[in-house]
Amino acid sequence: MTSEVTPELFASVPDQDGRFGRFGGKFVAETLMSALADLEQLYAGLKDDEVFQREFDEDLAHYVGRPSPLYEASRLSDAIGGARILLKREDLNHTGAHKVNNTIGQALLAKYMGKKRVIAETGAGQHGVASATVAARLGLECHVFMGEEDILRQALNVYRMKLLGARVVSVTSGSRTLKDAMNEAMRDWVTNVDDTFYIIGTVAGPHPYPMLVRDFQSVIGREARAQSLTQCGKLPDALVACVGGGSNAIGLFHPFLQDEGVAMYGVEAGGKGLETGEHAAPLSVGSPGVLHGNRTYLMQDDDGQILETHSVSAGLDYPGVGPEHAWLKDIGRVQYVAANDDEALAAFHRLTRVEGIIPALETAHAMAHAEKLAASMSPEQHIVVNLSGRGDKDILTVAALDGIEV
Amino acid sequence: MSRLSQVFVDLQSGKRKALIPYVVAGDPSPEGTVSLLHSLVDAGADILELGVPFSDPMSEGAVIQKGHERALANGMSLQRVLGMVAEFRKDNDRTPVVMMGYANPIERFGYETFASASADAGVDGLITVDLPPEEVDGVDGALKAVGLDNIFLISPTTPEPRVQKIVERARGFIYYVAVKGVTGSGQLDTDEVARSVSLIREKTTLPIAVGFGIKDAASASAVAASADAVVVGSALIAEMEQKAHSAEGLEEIQIHGAAVQLLQSIRAGVDSSPS
Repeated sequence: MTSEVTPELFASVPDQDGRFGRFGGKFVAETLMSALADLEQLYAGLKDDEVFQREFDEDLAHYVGRPSPLYEASRLSDAIGGARILLKREDLNHTGAHKVNNTIGQALLAKYMGKKRVIAETGAGQHGVASATVAARLGLECHVFMGEEDILRQALNVYRMKLLGARVVSVTSGSRTLKDAMNEAMRDWVTNVDDTFYIIGTVAGPHPYPMLVRDFQSVIGREARAQSLTQCGKLPDALVACVGGGSNAIGLFHPFLQDEGVAMYGVEAGGKGLETGEHAAPLSVGSPGVLHGNRTYLMQDDDGQILETHSVSAGLDYPGVGPEHAWLKDIGRVQYVAANDDEALAAFHRLTRVEGIIPALETAHAMAHAEKLAASMSPEQHIVVNLSGRGDKDILTVAALDGIEV
Repeated sequence: MSRLSQVFVDLQSGKRKALIPYVVAGDPSPEGTVSLLHSLVDAGADILELGVPFSDPMSEGAVIQKGHERALANGMSLQRVLGMVAEFRKDNDRTPVVMMGYANPIERFGYETFASASADAGVDGLITVDLPPEEVDGVDGALKAVGLDNIFLISPTTPEPRVQKIVERARGFIYYVAVKGVTGSGQLDTDEVARSVSLIREKTTLPIAVGFGIKDAASASAVAASADAVVVGSALIAEMEQKAHSAEGLEEIQIHGAAVQLLQSIRAGVDSSPS
């Protein structure tokens, strides 16, 4: 399929039905179809609207603190050898992760639609915090759905959301993680569709969400592209980002898709190892199916039941992935690989000790692969890694894994 | 004439409304499902709606979610659901069976294979919650080819031009979702239901079933005043769940009895409807 890849191709997706090749679409209950159509129509009008874009850009500049730096991790590069490693510092954003780029954008849409109530699903809690934050700022009622298991392992973020005035709803169905939180958010939305805006946190869900979230997150890649040209005098040789649903990865990758010389690696959660079945790597070992409003790669059994996932990082613990990633895999533009729990933990410690940057466990998966990749490349080359979030939220998890009581 | 059409023709000539109970295949046990279906027919069901268990039933409220979870824990699969329908058909060739579920198990099965296996098993129609008209072409085409009906849903949020497009494609009957929300939730506004049903009726001669939010004889009676068929699901499953928890060591037939009893009273409610 790679022979058909042209620059125009990347601008052509999604099509008007929300398709990225055979992926994407709007697989939702009839009750939600008109809400999706309204959102689609509103966004079509605002996408190139100067006032809306200016408002979005100003919020990113003055509230989020953009542009985020592109930092050269020289000591890490020296320790590993090979290519230079540069980190796109999304961890320095307000609320500590890339998630806020998208919640700022969607909250603006909610405001334009006159919705008074927003809902969100969250895994690690970063999207929940980012949603609660924008809701507080705009005076909107906010409900965040979070799996019971994630509430336990991300207690700090749960309290942050409560401080921000959000109601955190514990989800006790299914595997009690991100996928079930998304089911429950969909159930709330279908019930309160008239007054509620659903802020989806990743590039999944029904059309137009994968497109919206991609567009709002693409600021990462646009900045990184310009910064790379300024700081390194050329485009990066490779990009690396972790992939759960895939929003930080698509945000970094998208503005580079037409740059043929830029290799791209999406890093999934290998959990205890792909061969164990205990992982969250649908692109690496899954198969196409339909979940949460779109057709994409899923972890599923022979009967089409969705499998439970495992990852040390709550934010990657998801059995599906954004449909654009599924398509990018099929056309061969992005390589998808996996880093397992142990590799991610080792990378977490290394970055912390060598550069003084504590990454989120999600991000540590990207770091683990970036280290391997850098070692196989030459010093004239450089890699940009999306440092998608900071690791404060994960400190208790890491301490527990290291057998330390805090 | 298809079983579904035949049922509605027969009911119309007797000026009766159809009653459609929903249960999840394999809940409370796979061994009991076929006998439960026969009991529901004996209690006054005209059409059976059989839930296909799915790990992520996004449109279900808590009661039916638990039914799906129990069924999956009991080892249910789409293949086994089809086996149950075939088993049911050995003793009943008259009552239509409509399967209700989610897209992914069907995707995995393969549309054509699924359609022909359904036809062979004696299934009459299919409702797939997450296959709106925009996404249903593959399944709809495969079902049509083997003479089965894809049942389309219309909701309170469906705009009028879209209602028109949906009824043009619909076969079997129209399923009107009476409340904005998940199954078993929400306050039923029967005046609103009546208004919507009459709007849909202006555009189609197909029978109109109403479901979501019907809990008892009174609500069934009120809905039957405007609808051609009344669907009841969560209330039956809640009743069985309550019965199962009421005492130790109950026979499954006693648990079924709780649903049967409720269905009988709902039957009486439907039959006493003022229409």
